[in-house]
Amino acid sequence: MIADSLAPPNWLSRVPAGVKLAALALFSIALVPVDDWRILAAALLALGAIYAGFGRYGLARLKLLRPLLPLLVVIGAVQALSNDWEAGAVIVMRLVAMLLAADLVSMTTTMSALMEVLAPPLRLLRPLGVNPRKMSLAVALVLRFVPVLMTRWRAREEAWKARSSRRVPVRLIAAFFAEILQLADRVAEALDARGFDTAPVAPRAAPRPPAD
Amino acid sequence: MESRTIVRIALIAAVIAVLGLLPGVVLPIAAGVPVTAQTLGVMLAGIVLGPRHGALAVLLFVFVVLLGAPLLSGGRGGLGVLFGPSVGFLVGFVPAAFVTGLLMQRLKRLPVFVAALVAAIGGGIVVEYACGIVGLMAVARMSVVQALVATAVFIPGDLLKALATAFVAEASFRAYPAAIAGRA
Repeated sequence: MIADSLAPPNWLSRVPAGVKLAALALFSIALVPVDDWRILAAALLALGAIYAGFGRYGLARLKLLRPLLPLLVVIGAVQALSNDWEAGAVIVMRLVAMLLAADLVSMTTTMSALMEVLAPPLRLLRPLGVNPRKMSLAVALVLRFVPVLMTRWRAREEAWKARSSRRVPVRLIAAFFAEILQLADRVAEALDARGFDTAPVAPRAAPRPPAD
Repeated sequence: MESRTIVRIALIAAVIAVLGLLPGVVLPIAAGVPVTAQTLGVMLAGIVLGPRHGALAVLLFVFVVLLGAPLLSGGRGGLGVLFGPSVGFLVGFVPAAFVTGLLMQRLKRLPVFVAALVAAIGGGIVVEYACGIVGLMAVARMSVVQALVATAVFIPGDLLKALATAFVAEASFRAYPAAIAGRA
């Protein structure tokens, strides 16, 4: 499910992540003052061409915009009613162009490449107590937990449905919640047992007290 | 920060993601607009972890979404969400969780259900919508009133989610008192 978020390798995947991020920032800043729908239409056409160049995957990716459709319609309508049709079209086209451009970067850049680009700025935050090693551990844990939690929840839900035709009650969610909090505590113990040192890096900390 | 704290923060961030993904938890209201349980996760984050760690869990969730994981409700993710009209709601998740946690802490004397309900409404609805409306005003160039009207359809759903949050908080507290920060 999470792997789906990357397009099959293409020419844009080979561009370094930092370059793509900088290009995205410049493109988005450049679009802000544009009020001419023709320029925006040209930008949208160019983006559409790139998406089409990715074949079936690119077109499937466009479908992800669907949840935003109601909000985009409302925004366009509000502008059209309070100003004119052109204002509504311009604002919606600009939003869609920015979304599509940003999504191009996301679908052609691996998460680890993005983390690497972010590492130097994150290091600057170290005096504020940000530890890049802990950050990447936390990100990895989230990505691992998502499928685990889905599987565990489905198992509980199925067990309920096999026994009752009633809706899943809140206390089932509560029992699930208690279960996963205990799971988290066991994962933490396992990390400590394997010597993942979460103490600050700078002054080598004294031996850690045993986990409670 | 101990491993235990980091793992709990990551776990709650994952819970927020799962609540946005599970199709079963999509609440069928607001005429076709998909309302998912994602904000329910944000409210729970503040209640379960307290203001600081709750906000960190939400921040971690937002960070992972921006890195490209399609964990936002509707399977969205990546840098595109920063340019969407609903960016204020996404960014608002962080202060929303913080305020929810803060209110929960302040209302220690009240029963868990009541405290959680008030905290979820204060953080998850008042703060969240304030941020979302400011975002709409900036991104979509709407006026306050226009933005309020455009988002009002979601408020009944979020009130239901606040109620669900309170039920889950109460029931979790009974099953495992350590589930609620500072209550055990």
